[in-house]
Amino acid sequence: MATTAAAPKFQPVNTDGSYGESGFWSWMTTVDHKRIGTLYLYTALFFFIVGGIEAGIMRWQLALPNSHVVSAQMYNQLFTMHGTTMVFLAIMPLSAAFFNYLIPLQIGARDVAFPRLNAFSYWVYLLGGLFISIPILFKTAPDAGWFGYAPLTTPQFSGGLNIDFWVIGLQILGISSLAAAFNFITTIINLRAPGMTLMRMPMFTWMSFVVQFLLILAFPAITIALVFLLFDRFFGTQFYEIASGADPLLWQHLFWVFGHPEVYILILPAFGLVSEILPTFSKKPLFGYNVMVYSGIMIGVLGFGVWAHHMFAVGMGAVADSIFSLVTMLIGIPTGVKIFNWIATMWAGEIRFTAAMKFAIGLIALFTIGGISGVMHSSPPADTQQTDTYFVVAHFHYVLFGGSIMGILGGIYYYFPKMTGRYMSEKLGTWHFWLTFIAMNLTFFPMHFSGLLGMPRRVYTYDAGQGWEKFNLASSLGTALLIFATSLFVINFLWSRKNGAKAPNDAWGAATLEWSIPSPPPDYNFAQIPIVTSRSPLWDLKHPEMTAGIAHSSPDAMTITDSHAVPMHEETEYKTAKELGIPMPFPTIKPFFAALGIIVMFSGLIFIHLDKFAIAMAITIGGAVLLVGSLYAWLTSPLE
Amino acid sequence: MATAVTHEAHEAHDTHEHVHYTSTGLDNRKVAIWAFIGSECMLFASLISTYLIYKGRSRVGPLPHEIWTSPSGQIFQPILNIPVTSASTFVLLMSSLVMVLALAAVENRGKPGYVGTLLGNSKFWLAATALMGATFLGFQAYEFTSFVHEGLTIKTNLFGSSFFTLTGFHGAHVTAGVLWLLTLLAIDIKRGLTPKDAILVDICALYWHFVDVVWIAIFTLVYLIK
Repeated sequence: MATTAAAPKFQPVNTDGSYGESGFWSWMTTVDHKRIGTLYLYTALFFFIVGGIEAGIMRWQLALPNSHVVSAQMYNQLFTMHGTTMVFLAIMPLSAAFFNYLIPLQIGARDVAFPRLNAFSYWVYLLGGLFISIPILFKTAPDAGWFGYAPLTTPQFSGGLNIDFWVIGLQILGISSLAAAFNFITTIINLRAPGMTLMRMPMFTWMSFVVQFLLILAFPAITIALVFLLFDRFFGTQFYEIASGADPLLWQHLFWVFGHPEVYILILPAFGLVSEILPTFSKKPLFGYNVMVYSGIMIGVLGFGVWAHHMFAVGMGAVADSIFSLVTMLIGIPTGVKIFNWIATMWAGEIRFTAAMKFAIGLIALFTIGGISGVMHSSPPADTQQTDTYFVVAHFHYVLFGGSIMGILGGIYYYFPKMTGRYMSEKLGTWHFWLTFIAMNLTFFPMHFSGLLGMPRRVYTYDAGQGWEKFNLASSLGTALLIFATSLFVINFLWSRKNGAKAPNDAWGAATLEWSIPSPPPDYNFAQIPIVTSRSPLWDLKHPEMTAGIAHSSPDAMTITDSHAVPMHEETEYKTAKELGIPMPFPTIKPFFAALGIIVMFSGLIFIHLDKFAIAMAITIGGAVLLVGSLYAWLTSPLE
Repeated sequence: MATAVTHEAHEAHDTHEHVHYTSTGLDNRKVAIWAFIGSECMLFASLISTYLIYKGRSRVGPLPHEIWTSPSGQIFQPILNIPVTSASTFVLLMSSLVMVLALAAVENRGKPGYVGTLLGNSKFWLAATALMGATFLGFQAYEFTSFVHEGLTIKTNLFGSSFFTLTGFHGAHVTAGVLWLLTLLAIDIKRGLTPKDAILVDICALYWHFVDVVWIAIFTLVYLIK
């Protein structure tokens, strides 16, 4: 931190942790990857709470047998929206918040490759998220499960508007994810600081890199599946009409070709965050860096070859079942490698049990339980017993809550000082961790038993006397405790933004580039781009004894093509981009209008089902004009 | 994006030319378009797979390669008109060649052999590519209309649904490409594309060639293989 002598003489640090202008308009027009990351973080946390409330209502209903807090129809909407919200509106965007905030900082870049496209991705996500979430307030939310199986979702079986909102909403959200993925792939390939070779990139950036490839290769499959469904619903095509000879498994195949890589899209960023947290708080470099990279890539590649293990119960035959079973078991190997490498990273380290570290260790423990139950259903005979029971619900909550959410929460505790310049309360953080850890096990562990006792998923209520009562009650009590624990986190988060202890640049004694610049970082990130000579540049600078045994390349030996780059250093002075002569992208509202155009265009379709064809055409054409006009205005105006 | 306006904006605060450093030396837009094409491969793979899975599963006609007699005794001939589509395929494939010449004209602007010759006339080649793309779209519009007259719509059967969706998606990609080419042509007419702007033509060309390659797959799998 700058001392009083070197106090910033230009813009003050705003309360939201940003530099320069603040206020509503500056957020609407921002193209700064850090501010967009902050927007993602707040929006995704909001949707995380919405998804949590939906889960809370379901557990309230299931706490006791034969209770009727909500109707069966409402219950269907709740479980559909809980899944959809948590997957597409909470965990993916929470990861996106970290992609945005961290990737440029970790690779020594001043922004992402396409700053305005980045703003566009966020606006499409926000507007698409509202589009799919608001209908539940009018009791017309999607109600066919987060996987929306056709033919259940065809007009014949789901005639209302509910599924329309789901199909259109997911289509819109897909645009956001794809645009962001092209942006991050380009950023990571092209904007690394001199000397930041691929095999020197921080592990979070590496796992994010793998995830972006999963996104661009998996999302087209669901895009097409949704296009077919959209056409069936609005234009009378036959893709999912069994009476016309359609294949009842077409949707399942297309959906899970996307859906299984999606699972790794959800977990790999959390793996990346944990791989940042563990070395810092163990004061040791990550054990087996290369193998961690390869196993991440391996998980990504194999992730495309296991989709049909979601379909063992449909009767694909022995050959298909065996192959998908085998590949599913294989994928446990790279995942297990990661678990052991994390443990080896901590081995003989100087461990500091901060809140972030506790969540990281929590991930290792809980994800392992979910991973083991995952290998259990990779066996088709076992899976046919477990399919559509609470056992599966227990499994994927251990990997998604115990894995993704624990990792992301750890990431928030870890990076909060970088984002705001202040620490979160460690005391509240410790309470939050232990309550979450206990509550999460209390909620999800009993589901293994209720599942093995035959309790099916997605039932809105159940009769007493089947042995399910005590397990359900335990799960519901656990959920209540989980909601309490999460409210502690929210209090901590909001309170610490202004009142937390002040954090220096290098809040935790970490090794990577993002900690060499002020907290929160200035809008240009790096006044001078550093030359990177190893995987732990900041440890080289501050604790050369720790990294002496590691091979380094000397800056002189490298071909430095960026004449502005300087050897690794710490940056403590605040200067404006103008003073430093760094060109910054102009703020612009055009990406917002382009995103709005997409939403308006798709919303028009809803009116087709309300039998107002003229209005539908007017809205769709209006939206298309807004989209194309904004795109032209955007692409013909200068970036910086 | 790198338009003339960008340079004016630079002059305002900076006298020296600011060239963005990239790790690979490639322009960001070029890396992004390759990632985009990778993603598009999966999009068309999903469409083509569905078409192939549904081949032969239609319960009613008209059918692509087979004669179909309706329950009322009406006879429907095989609907695909291979000679006509071969002609439009030829036009589309040749447009890739013309696209290459457009890029070469922009890249070599001012070099001997290009100045004042047809080879260096980027406006001509861009307009020709757009025109050939539009010709392909004209053929497609003719094909779709005649299919509808012969009794095949997107609602008729699985073949109709998967055929119109697949080729319609491709047609939409060609349409986007034609608009892109016309935009480049407008820029070229307005201020002239220089070798510095070659990247703008380059990424459009990559997209255009990709759309052509997809058509080769569609033409082979849908039209030629019975």
